[in-house]
Amino acid sequence: MVIILSAWISKQYFGSSTCFVRVTGYIEKYFSSEHLASLEYFSRFVPVVDWQMMMVLGILIGSFISSVTSGSFRMQAVPNMWAERFGTNPVKRGIVAFFSGIVLMFGARLAGGCPSGYGLGALVQLAVSGLVVLICFFAGGIIVAQILYGGFKGK
Amino acid sequence: MNILINGLITGILFGFFLQKGRVVRFDKQMGALRLMDMTIVKFMFSAILVGMVGVEILFSADIAKPAILPTNLGANIIGGLIFGVGWGFLGYCPGTSLGALGEGRTDAFWGMLGMLVGAALFAEIFPTISNTILTWGREGSITIPQILGINDWFVIIIFIIGGLGLFYWLEKKGL
Repeated sequence: MVIILSAWISKQYFGSSTCFVRVTGYIEKYFSSEHLASLEYFSRFVPVVDWQMMMVLGILIGSFISSVTSGSFRMQAVPNMWAERFGTNPVKRGIVAFFSGIVLMFGARLAGGCPSGYGLGALVQLAVSGLVVLICFFAGGIIVAQILYGGFKGK
Repeated sequence: MNILINGLITGILFGFFLQKGRVVRFDKQMGALRLMDMTIVKFMFSAILVGMVGVEILFSADIAKPAILPTNLGANIIGGLIFGVGWGFLGYCPGTSLGALGEGRTDAFWGMLGMLVGAALFAEIFPTISNTILTWGREGSITIPQILGINDWFVIIIFIIGGLGLFYWLEKKGL
């Protein structure tokens, strides 16, 4: 329903990953605006605060409100399923999270979007790209998950 | 309405429902990829099915205009698979990492830092791949009904039937 309202009222479709590019642009601008200007990619995605960035910020706030009001808010550095398999060391989890974040976003930008953009934004408009990318997201993810957590045990 | 406030409100609603649906959890995301817990798949599919019908109505009433992400098969497939690998390790996608941080999952923060670095890296190599990978299988903004040459609603109905079939099958298997 939110997707429909958003297309209706704001004329915007869902997507999250582009705003990571914009934030990166901001950070690089801070360190070296010359280098930023030399990168063609940032002329396509100019670092500005836009609808999407506010939307992504809203996800954080919305989730916070929902979890606090329902009592499910909990500070946790290592997810349960991770802890069962790889132990409770938060540094190890943090390092893996950091590097997998790099891989994930690199892939997302290459593909042109993330699950929100392709799954919710493109596929609702019946785009071929949405279907192709979504299948690849799950294919890659399922393969890694099967390797990491060892097959279909506990099914 | 101010577009920024509008975006913020949309995000708050989206985040609220994501958290209520429990799909921002690492355990739920990995559960889906381990094919053990299909909460995410159900959540996403219901959102997509409802969204399809609603957006199509808006299109036919000329209230909203399509903004279709282009299909570049090479980049879509390679990027999609790379994303999937990262997702399998991280357990959050870009949107849900914010949601996960919102409910106190601090490991999502490290993932987000990594994502910023990933975006920076991509910007660095963008010029070198823009004439190669990004041109493979470039099809433009095509839709499924267009390539099949049939009515939009026909495709939507197939998706709905497929989706309901999937839900039924998942329920039966107790996922």
